[in-house]
Amino acid sequence: MQLNPNVIKEDFPLFKKHTSLAFLDNASTTQKPQCVIDKVNEYYNEYNSNVHRGIYQIGEKATYEYESVRGKLLQLVSANDNYSAIYTSGTTESLNLLAHSLSKLVLKVGDEILITEMEHHSNIVPWQIACEKYGCTLKYIPITEKGEWDISQIDSLITQKTKIVSMIHQSNVFGTINPVKKITELAKAVGAKVILDSAQSIPHGNVNIVDLNCDFLVFSGHKMLGPTGVGILIGKTEILNMMPPFMGGGEMIYTVSMESSTWNEVPWKFEAGTPNIAQVIGLGAAIDYLNNIGMDNIHAYEKKILAIAEKKLSQVPGLKIFGNPQKKGTVISFELDGIHPHDLAQILDEHNVAVRAGHHCAQPIMNKLNVPATIRASFYIYNSEKDINQLVNGLNSALKFFSIQ
Amino acid sequence: MDELRELYQQLILDHNQNPRNFREIENYDFHKKGYNPLCGDQLEIFINIKDDIISELSFTGMGCAISKASASIMTETLTGKSLSEANLLFKQFREMAMNGKITDGLPLKLSVLSGIYKYPSRVKCALLAWHTMHQSFDTQNIVDAKTE
Repeated sequence: MQLNPNVIKEDFPLFKKHTSLAFLDNASTTQKPQCVIDKVNEYYNEYNSNVHRGIYQIGEKATYEYESVRGKLLQLVSANDNYSAIYTSGTTESLNLLAHSLSKLVLKVGDEILITEMEHHSNIVPWQIACEKYGCTLKYIPITEKGEWDISQIDSLITQKTKIVSMIHQSNVFGTINPVKKITELAKAVGAKVILDSAQSIPHGNVNIVDLNCDFLVFSGHKMLGPTGVGILIGKTEILNMMPPFMGGGEMIYTVSMESSTWNEVPWKFEAGTPNIAQVIGLGAAIDYLNNIGMDNIHAYEKKILAIAEKKLSQVPGLKIFGNPQKKGTVISFELDGIHPHDLAQILDEHNVAVRAGHHCAQPIMNKLNVPATIRASFYIYNSEKDINQLVNGLNSALKFFSIQ
Repeated sequence: MDELRELYQQLILDHNQNPRNFREIENYDFHKKGYNPLCGDQLEIFINIKDDIISELSFTGMGCAISKASASIMTETLTGKSLSEANLLFKQFREMAMNGKITDGLPLKLSVLSGIYKYPSRVKCALLAWHTMHQSFDTQNIVDAKTE
């Protein structure tokens, strides 16, 4: 079934308020459909209570709704019985949890962690901290001009010392869909644990954790129509069982005495304190909504809209798209000759076009491209050709404004 | 577009395209790097002082039209001023950039950026050069600059 963005747009109340808004900052966060907002409200209106505690009806209902989203998440990534789903506050917390708890389990002095130059800051900084703590070395897979990994030297990057490989599935700057399976295979051969940052890939197509053969998958709810404040860590239960906890507090314990404590089972061992209950429940509604449309349909539509956008943007004088990867999702980073991205974003805002201008939390990439920032347009299921035309009109108007054309 | 025209008026566009005092000073008295982590803009400020007067003030770096023009206009305005006058103008300019309030005696040239307060995410762009200049001669940096 072909997806109709105009029909989908009807489900999003924000576009009823901002009728002429071309929202092209979906790699940052997506808009929320009415059903997600309603589900969050339903929790607060009808069964607001803490989970795993209340021996009363609304408490049972809240716990049921909260827990049932785990199954939806595991199904979304085609996980089998070997995996568990842990709720966090976002991809960033998921990665910090791993950099803390997985590092403690597997790292010793002299070991190596491998990431790539394409990572978001959230998949760089936690590993820098871990390396400093455990006396390890952080290595990077370099990137090419095309915005792809350069794996020509991979044999010297993955060695017997490599204990953790953490990599981005889809680039938030270039849109590159990375050949992660190849790296996973090499990493597994030396016994390293593999983490996939799927924040940008999960919302756009089928991600199969078993096929990709990674140990951990991390992503955020708010980039896939869900509420902010909920992230996910899906991981091999066997490893999670061995990992020490991340945060201490209520919920994550089995027994607490004055001297010491014992831990709850996975996944609750990693969920200290009252969680983001409303947000988790809202995310469940977002997954149902996406499944109703069908991930295959989403993927097919996005391919189409990306091709149109690339074609139309390439006709704008002085416009340079960064990266030209073979496999690419709906993210386009570009610059317009002679206009700083910040100034350009300001002019586009005047045309009701919302894009991101900045370093996209990926300063190593900006250094490599030798630019301080880029403009990024990123698309999702409610974006149509009309939005692209609005963007192109805005760009042409900016050229006139700065007297370049 | 009218408000935007007001923000990006001719003087701003001119200073962006032909920034004044856009160079390094080799033997400077004060020097400071400024960075806006939000957008990646970075600039460097160089200052020479003679008898408590700013005798030379220059900048280099990359930034948007607002940050570049603001830096350029600042170098023109502050050259020939004493450090205490520069300090006062910094406070007045900051007040204007954040709240739109124009203090009596604020040089007309600086008031071209008086509309920036309507664009909160751009206030930092206008202030980057000023903050960097101001920090370059605080006590700590006097020590740093001399031991560099």
